[in-house]
Amino acid sequence: MSSLPVSTGKQLGLVIDLDTCVGCQACATSCKEWNAQGEGGPLTDTDPQGADVSGPWFNRIHGYEVKREGRSDSHIVNFPRSCLHCAEPACVTVCPTGASYKRAEDGIVLVNPDTCIGCKLCSWACPYGAREYDYMQGVMKKCTLCVDRIYNTNLEPEDQVPACVKACPTGARHFGDLGDEKSAVSQLVKERGGFDLFPEMGYKPTNKYLPLRARRESHAAGVQPLAKPDGSVMEKLFAWADQLLRSSTTTALVNPQDNSGKLEG
Amino acid sequence: MTPVTAEPRLNLSPKTWDEVKATTCYMCACRCGIKVHLKDGKVVYIDGNRDHPVNKGIICGKGAAGIKQHYSPARLSKPLLRVGERGTGEFKEIEWDEALGLATGWLSEVRNRDPKKLAFFTGRDQSQGLTGWWASQFGTPNYAAHGGFCSVNMAAAGLYTYGGSFWEFGEPDWKHTKYFLLFGVAEDHASNPLKAGLGKLKERGAKIVSINPVKTGYSAIADEWIGIAPGTDGLFVGALIHCLLGAQKIDGEYLSRYTNAPWLVIENKGRADDGLILRNASGTALVWDASAGGTKVSGTFGTNPSLLGRFILSDGRKLVTSFTLIAERFASNDYAPETVSKTCGVASETIHRIAAELAHTAFTDTVELDIPWTDYLGRRHEKTLGRPVAMHAMRGISAHSNGFHTCRTIHVLQIMLGTIDVPGGTRYKPPFPKSIPPNVKPAGKMGHVKPNTPLPGPPLGFVTGPEDLLVDEQGKPLRIDKAYSWDAPLAAHGMMHMVINNAAEGDPYTIDVLLMYMANMSWNSAMNVPDTLKALTAKREDGEYVIPKIIYSDAYASEMVHYADLILPDTTYLERWDCISMLDRPISEADGPADAIRQPVVEPDREVRPFQTVLIELGHRLGLPGLTRPDGTARYPGGYANYIVNHERAPGLGPLAGFRGKDGTAAGRGAVNHNQLKAYVENGGYWFQELADNMKYYRHVNWDYLDWATFFGFLPRPEPIIHQIYSETLQKFRLAAQGHGAVLPPPEHRVRVATYFDPIPFWYPPFEGEMVSGSEFPLHAITQRPMAMYHSWGSQNTWLRQIIGRNWLYVHKARAAKLNIEDGDWVDVASHHNTIKVQVKLVEGQNEDTVWTWNAIGKRKGTWGLSTDSPESQKGFLVNHLISDLLPEREGGYRFSNSDPITGQAAWYDLKVRVTKSANQKEQSAPQFKSLKKIGST
Repeated sequence: MSSLPVSTGKQLGLVIDLDTCVGCQACATSCKEWNAQGEGGPLTDTDPQGADVSGPWFNRIHGYEVKREGRSDSHIVNFPRSCLHCAEPACVTVCPTGASYKRAEDGIVLVNPDTCIGCKLCSWACPYGAREYDYMQGVMKKCTLCVDRIYNTNLEPEDQVPACVKACPTGARHFGDLGDEKSAVSQLVKERGGFDLFPEMGYKPTNKYLPLRARRESHAAGVQPLAKPDGSVMEKLFAWADQLLRSSTTTALVNPQDNSGKLEG
Repeated sequence: MTPVTAEPRLNLSPKTWDEVKATTCYMCACRCGIKVHLKDGKVVYIDGNRDHPVNKGIICGKGAAGIKQHYSPARLSKPLLRVGERGTGEFKEIEWDEALGLATGWLSEVRNRDPKKLAFFTGRDQSQGLTGWWASQFGTPNYAAHGGFCSVNMAAAGLYTYGGSFWEFGEPDWKHTKYFLLFGVAEDHASNPLKAGLGKLKERGAKIVSINPVKTGYSAIADEWIGIAPGTDGLFVGALIHCLLGAQKIDGEYLSRYTNAPWLVIENKGRADDGLILRNASGTALVWDASAGGTKVSGTFGTNPSLLGRFILSDGRKLVTSFTLIAERFASNDYAPETVSKTCGVASETIHRIAAELAHTAFTDTVELDIPWTDYLGRRHEKTLGRPVAMHAMRGISAHSNGFHTCRTIHVLQIMLGTIDVPGGTRYKPPFPKSIPPNVKPAGKMGHVKPNTPLPGPPLGFVTGPEDLLVDEQGKPLRIDKAYSWDAPLAAHGMMHMVINNAAEGDPYTIDVLLMYMANMSWNSAMNVPDTLKALTAKREDGEYVIPKIIYSDAYASEMVHYADLILPDTTYLERWDCISMLDRPISEADGPADAIRQPVVEPDREVRPFQTVLIELGHRLGLPGLTRPDGTARYPGGYANYIVNHERAPGLGPLAGFRGKDGTAAGRGAVNHNQLKAYVENGGYWFQELADNMKYYRHVNWDYLDWATFFGFLPRPEPIIHQIYSETLQKFRLAAQGHGAVLPPPEHRVRVATYFDPIPFWYPPFEGEMVSGSEFPLHAITQRPMAMYHSWGSQNTWLRQIIGRNWLYVHKARAAKLNIEDGDWVDVASHHNTIKVQVKLVEGQNEDTVWTWNAIGKRKGTWGLSTDSPESQKGFLVNHLISDLLPEREGGYRFSNSDPITGQAAWYDLKVRVTKSANQKEQSAPQFKSLKKIGST
């Protein structure tokens, strides 16, 4: 059994907007390529050109067609899934060697590959399926929240965010300190009603998901229905055009001769 | 519990790269700026370039997987010469010198005898500025890229209507739009800017309406999804116009000032001037001045033209304003929401409501920017008025045989609302707007093609009447693909999808050499794959192939490699110089022009060469004048990099607009700068010039912009670009079909041309659906591009194929229940042409009468470096096999191509099918083609 820090200074994590995610996979491959070459790498794929290609991914995007309460039609939700860096991570407490740990400084949950024995208890303990076993190296791997980017002074300050956040084309992924009520991500969670996955299980995930916004499929306030066209469409149009001719105004002239001269025959 | 685990010491600032180079992505057509991180000369990481105008730091699923494309086992490594029969995979490796010698021999023989016997067609070519010019120098009119089977309906409809286009030539004003209509767009051109823009709209609370038979991707996040029946968008949009006309919610001032709505059309049925615009002696259009009770020159200050009305000229001719004709068409009951509802599969109340929302947003919820600007008549506008309705449309509109008119209908809607290039509307990206149409005509007319002689102009351009067609005295096509013939008069991008089968049929003639680049024409880029393979392998009586020589350049072991005779292996996008030029498809932003380069970030580790450099070398070996100095030496020694810097299309105008002039400070027009590429590299691989605020909107009629654009070479003269909602060009073709003029269509074409060359947009049912039985083939079948893949390139990519390694046929649950089909069943899908067997998934988020799949994932066994048991070949499939390249016979026995009758755009999405549970539930798709022998670096 491994234990947890009593408290963490920060609670770094992600806020993922399910209302904006189009399921493009940019976060998935950006994650894969950063971590394949970074501190967590390599993330080797087996049978790369064959029938059963597979490999570790720290971030996978699933598409679900769901029914929402009170609606007859379906909704397609794109759901990116990665480690939620829980405040009470069972994957850490279950680890027999102390390889899984939660950083005291920022709450990031990591695996120490030097002490991981590949027993996979942590992946059984994680209800979110966030851990990925690397069969080539025989160790468990997972999202590091790009711990090797977010403090990396070799990167431009604005690039010191997880690779998935930098990549996201629709801006559906946000990174910050969810332990700080005033942080932009905490504010976003508050405004949009961000929620935990499986809160009833008590792991207190740090990452939050933003729910679907209300869809506007009916008249917005102030939109007046148009008069339904009847048999006199052309007649009314002519009246409108006449009115237009009478009401036309002329705006100030700058230099009409110059240009209109070119146009005249 | 044990004490807190000691945390291992981590290196939080690892530097896993030793160098970063900025270049341009090529994982799709979007052309984002990327930063390639290198370690010990190897590519280790690629991310988006924050400074780049296209993507501003973001990257997509494909772009971030570029590393696996570069190190793909499917890469070719040396020139190959076919030694067995085509399709057997029997090749031998040869040296480059031998390869270039062979190609030169084949090509020079053709050029000496009859240059049109070379057909040069390129696929996902991003160097069309070079390849088109090369073809012209060679002297063959038979050149095009893949636009004819991709997006020409969008490009042509836009360029013939408002001087711009959706496609890549314009974009929504993401910053100010409040209402966004998205028609038929899946992952497509400009994929990252679209995603970024949708994200911005979401943040601002702008309403997004997606009109698409399928509710994935962008449609999934839209506020409103309209699951329209494929090919009926024109009817839906026509109904919106109907409602707006009925409520007089139209921007009359915009129409009067900036469009040809008030221009006078001659009504003289049966005569040669019927439907033409009334013009003065110098050709300027006339309008009706009600206050004077007579005609006046259009576009003059102080004239207040009538928008509606019929008038009689002093010589007795009857006149009508063009807007009257447009209004009469759409006011008709044919376009009433109640009439179109059933065909479109959209409730009439929904159409009424969306029309009201459009009207509200455009006319009540306006935007006013504090930017004074001056229009072409010198009228100063103290503010820039915006009508914040934006639209974007792509392949769902384009890939139908009614796509040109449908796209024009959308433009008419935009223009009636006064939304083109206004704040919140759909904006041009420089070099657009261009003259309507752009002032370049296709070369290749009778007498243009001569041995050892360049064409007098470019092979592709824009016709403005029958006299510009490339036809002989009998009206027969002069081009191998029949572009610019009576089959497809406005085929502005050529018709690559017709080349192979036409050449094999000898219709209109046979060819001697087919040169292709990056075009998988024996597989996912071909309609009717089985017959295309027959065409590629057909032999004459003397044992020679009907298409005797095929030269192909590609970086990968695609299906097409197997059917070529000489393979010129290309580099990857990370190994070469390139330019993303405004002479080709620009990457400009609405706020200003931009272009970019690719630089070799790594050296090739094998014997491959950039195709562009090879083409320049071949041009010199052939002695093409543009590529050879009078003394016989190469004009661009070293290849493409030299050409990019030193080539001038007109004095001071070259492939790259930035860092021109001897000291590199000129933009747009300027002398050659020998350090230009260095300047691009230092600037992050791109050049961008933001326009002054007063030149950012209303550019078609913006005095300052028009002047500036003329200096930059975008326009021949600083003249306003008046939107042509009534197309006189189309009417000229129609008149020819009615027997007027010097160039007349052959009799078998007359009804067709007279019908479809309507100067006013209209809706007609897609051809295939009209020609096959609706009860026999009740379902529409379409494809979409998955977001993580681009054409056939993606599924060799180890990472991307883990995301999607095979495809399914998606069927609506309700429809499946009626057909007794369950999730996971294997089904037979039959068209009038062929049958395939595929596996289904049942969903609800799609039009009930439509089935669909992801395109280009199915692979032929033995290709792309994949194992022969890969899911791509075992379970993946193409619907291409179901699509005929020709329509069923029409009256007189002629089989027209399965294309739009105006532009020749391939009608991929017209497909109609029948789906039944297969008697054979074996877990394998059908047809399975014979496995090809593996070619590649491993």
